[in-house]
Amino acid sequence: MSSANAQLFAALVTGPLRHAAGRTLLAVVVIALGVALGLGVTLVNRSAASEVSLAARSLFGLSDLVVQGTNAGFDEALFPVLARLPEVALANPVVDVQVRVVGRQTALSAMGIDFFRAARMQPSIGVEAPRTNLSPLAADSVFLSPAAARDLGLEEGDQLTVQVGLEPVSFHVAGILPAAAYRQRAMVLDIGTAQWRLGQLGKLQRVELRLRSGTSTEAVQRRIAAMLPPGVSVTTPGAETDEALRLTRAYRSNLTALALVALFTGAFLVHSTQSLAVIRRRREFALLKAMGVSAREQIASTLAGGAIVGGAGALCGVGLGILIADLGLNAFGADLGAGYFRGIAPALKVDWLDAGVFFLLGTAAAIAGTLRPAIAAARVPAALALKAGDLEDPAVRGNTIAGLALWGFAGVLLLLPAVDGLPLAGYSAIALVLIGAVFLMPAVTRLLLRLLPSVRSVPLQIATAHLRGTARQATTSLSAILVSFSLMVAMAVMVTSFRTSLDQWLEKILPADLYLRAGFTSETAFLDANDVTALAALPEVERVDANRFAQLAVTGLKTPLGLIARPITEQNAGRMLWIESTATNVALPDAQPVWISEAAADLLSLRSGAVFTGSIGERAVQFSVRGVYRDYERQNGGVVIDHDAYVRLTGDLRTNAAWLWLKPGADVDHLVNSIHERLPGLAEFDVRRPGEIRAITLRVFDRTFAVTYLLEIIAVGIGLAGIAASTSAQVIARRAELGVLRHVGLLRRQVGFMLAAEGGLLGAVGVLAGLVIGSVVSLILIYVVNRQSFHWSMDVYFPWVLLMAFSVSLVAAAALTAVWSGRLSLRDDIIRAVKEDW
Amino acid sequence: MLTLRQVRKSFPGPDPARPRPVLAEVSLALEPGDYIAVMGESGVGKSTLLNLIAGLDVPDSGDVLLEGQSLAALDDDARTLLRRRRMGFVFQAFHLLPHLTVAGNVGLPLALNGMAGTHADDRINELLEAVGLRDRRDSFPKELSGGEMQRVAVARALVHRPAVVLADEPTGNLDPESAAQVLELLRAQLKRDGSIGILVTHSAVAAATTDRVYLLTRQGLQLQSGTTTPRQE
Ligand SMILES: Nc1ncnc2c1ncn2[C@@H]1O[C@H](COP(=O)(O)OP(=O)(O)O)[C@@H](O)[C@H]1O
Ligand SMILES: [Mg+2]
Repeated sequence: MSSANAQLFAALVTGPLRHAAGRTLLAVVVIALGVALGLGVTLVNRSAASEVSLAARSLFGLSDLVVQGTNAGFDEALFPVLARLPEVALANPVVDVQVRVVGRQTALSAMGIDFFRAARMQPSIGVEAPRTNLSPLAADSVFLSPAAARDLGLEEGDQLTVQVGLEPVSFHVAGILPAAAYRQRAMVLDIGTAQWRLGQLGKLQRVELRLRSGTSTEAVQRRIAAMLPPGVSVTTPGAETDEALRLTRAYRSNLTALALVALFTGAFLVHSTQSLAVIRRRREFALLKAMGVSAREQIASTLAGGAIVGGAGALCGVGLGILIADLGLNAFGADLGAGYFRGIAPALKVDWLDAGVFFLLGTAAAIAGTLRPAIAAARVPAALALKAGDLEDPAVRGNTIAGLALWGFAGVLLLLPAVDGLPLAGYSAIALVLIGAVFLMPAVTRLLLRLLPSVRSVPLQIATAHLRGTARQATTSLSAILVSFSLMVAMAVMVTSFRTSLDQWLEKILPADLYLRAGFTSETAFLDANDVTALAALPEVERVDANRFAQLAVTGLKTPLGLIARPITEQNAGRMLWIESTATNVALPDAQPVWISEAAADLLSLRSGAVFTGSIGERAVQFSVRGVYRDYERQNGGVVIDHDAYVRLTGDLRTNAAWLWLKPGADVDHLVNSIHERLPGLAEFDVRRPGEIRAITLRVFDRTFAVTYLLEIIAVGIGLAGIAASTSAQVIARRAELGVLRHVGLLRRQVGFMLAAEGGLLGAVGVLAGLVIGSVVSLILIYVVNRQSFHWSMDVYFPWVLLMAFSVSLVAAAALTAVWSGRLSLRDDIIRAVKEDW
Repeated sequence: MLTLRQVRKSFPGPDPARPRPVLAEVSLALEPGDYIAVMGESGVGKSTLLNLIAGLDVPDSGDVLLEGQSLAALDDDARTLLRRRRMGFVFQAFHLLPHLTVAGNVGLPLALNGMAGTHADDRINELLEAVGLRDRRDSFPKELSGGEMQRVAVARALVHRPAVVLADEPTGNLDPESAAQVLELLRAQLKRDGSIGILVTHSAVAAATTDRVYLLTRQGLQLQSGTTTPRQE
């Protein structure tokens, strides 16, 4: 390019940006906002994820392989067998159980280790032990991880009491471990002490293995796998870390997808402002073409303008995003309020690769938004320069066909399965549905306006005539609001469906009158058979159902399924579980009847009536799936088995939760009092009425979705800004027309009313389309995205009142925005506008 | 009856303390059926004068009276309603509403005055007939030529039988042939309804189609002798 050419090109690029400085600035701000939200959420996620994997890694130290059982543990006799294998250089046995801290609603990992072996596996442990004058081997000594010490407010020398069964067991805090040792909230003690004092005699939960150099990890892993009892598996620490991440990945990726909505909406805002600019400047483009500017140069200059806007916005967005991440992490924690990463305190890690990716995404969004307008600009026939009059772009039919094609493609995507557990096809389908809707809008708008009844009011007549005449421009200005409102509707429908389903589900699965739960932990805090008998003997109690939470390992599954043992039969299963499907066949006599959750059904690819093998403790058992139930609690799969059968299989009589049924006429409050008076040891546990459990659960739910509402509202704000930008642009172009109306006798307020009607009608079209598109998207979210990410189904509920409120507010906001952007025209000097041209 | 009594108007100049006088002591009295032309240099205040007559702007001193009603005594809404009922406008750049049809544009003053139905339709057709555009009733402005658009504008200005029609350079954007056609129409319709017409123009040919020609200067409005055409009774 010669320098003269370069100058011309620069003028072509920057001229329009400068010409509409306000709108350019708006586009920059919107891209910045989109990038900031996306990057902010990603950085928070990244920090949380790296924290999760660091935590997982710190558990395993320098080990090459990990032999792991369910949390019930396995026989310690396995340890010498493993330690004696010729390929094994060092074997480190670990007791790892959750304990409840007395007097607090909190649990702690208790890690029993052999300090001398462990120090060789994980050098950071060894640094601390010799420094203290207390022997780590003393039967009451524990070390706390920094996270545990901080959360419990304990220091070296303090006392720590945990609960084992119903008995309090006290320890002495002998020291705080260095931060590198364990990242989670943990207490570390001698393995012998742990087995003895935490009720794990003869048991281990884990053995970490370091292999001799030069041996193949895979070969040893295969060899060990072959010799392990059922329910015990051998994995690499890497796989364990991945698994820890996988559990939260669906949640994290959904949040990121939501955060990208703002950027997506921003791209449409750029699209609509640029499209309107192109429509307004068609004659100028025609003139340039007549003067010899080629179509390619034309497209390049328009796209370059988009790139400048996008680049500037993205740059600001990256800075803002880092700030948002920092604030968000401090204010809400790593899960932004959802409660997924309890007990982990991440620090913000700015990944510059992420920042770079979002910078590019922001720039790309702006360029993508400019693409169609750029092509439209280049297609303006040169002849138009010489001809006055028709400036409308005739491309409506082509758009309609393109829109329908995009919808068709979206339909095909919906048939595809999840990719690596993530509903990527579902997300793409949603994007295509929205883009297709934008393409279809002009045709739809025309149709809707044609259906409008004719009215006497002159301002209203002019308003509808104007909208009919400018359907394409008008709907272009709608695209951002259409997209953001659709997504808002979709989220509202999804969240309401989820919340209502959850509420109804809670009602179903909490049939008893009172619940007594022994904390979150299952191995160390429990009721024994005597406690259950004592509860049943209370005068108010009709019946007690004992619930035991254990784990069920299935070959091929990395994480054991949650096993819930409670009194259940094929006849009454439907009264305590939300049954989705029931087996039609009869259970084989030697297969144990169980009910599995939807997630378990998906993970195991099983249906009602199927048979599978799994192990409880170290015992392999054949199970017959009698039904599949809905479970919003255990995302990693749950299995319900009859309590008697469980006891028969395991001999385990411990109980984690007791369901209490009142005698007819008895009072719950009396029962609670009775428990406090007669069984003070049990009153230490969580005693709750079903209503309380529901309220707590719904509160957590609402907190989880608070962030998503915030993201949605920002997206709708961006959409409204789009309407403001285009109305003010149009009002400038229509000043003469508005001046004429004042001449022929429209009152000032009638002009205001006319603008409001135009904005309101346009908003109404957007709202109507948004309600339809949003409902479609919500169904995709419910039946595809959620199903694939979380493996749970829900019933669809439309929040009619909420949607009506949204719709009315948005129409009103659009009308007000239009009047506000048109306030220029209400001033007196509009009258001179008719004479501006001479 | 349209009367201007010693109307003065100035606009804020570069020095806010000293407003720039535009109209000084303009007086004028017109009877129904009078059709006059106002000529003058660019920037002398012709459009300002029309704005004051239309009640789109208010004089600094003096008064404008239409059919005995002082405009200065009315508020903005009342002046707007007066304009709606009693005035018609023709502009240099036509200024038809782009998204209304020809009939919609012509019928706009009728609709604003609450006339609808066949009554209104008949009147619209009558006017379209008169300006020779009966068959373009349902066309949109962008489908018309400049001359045709201005004829629609003339029909719009006259459809509600206003007392005063103000035409600011109506032929400025037209070729001589269309201009002649529009001027002839304007005159014919004004005379038929007995409306007062004020035509602002640069063209002596255009001015010659009116009854009397005034020249607007810094000193005021002066009747040009020898340019009057005989009044048609
Ligand atoms: N609202 C206004 N504010 C300031 N100056 C004005 C305004 N309206 C007109 N003028 C000025 O008054 C003078 C007369 O303008 P105008 O009546 O439009 O002249 P013309 O005779 O060309 O129609 C011009 O100098 C113009 O700039
Ligand atoms: Mg003028």
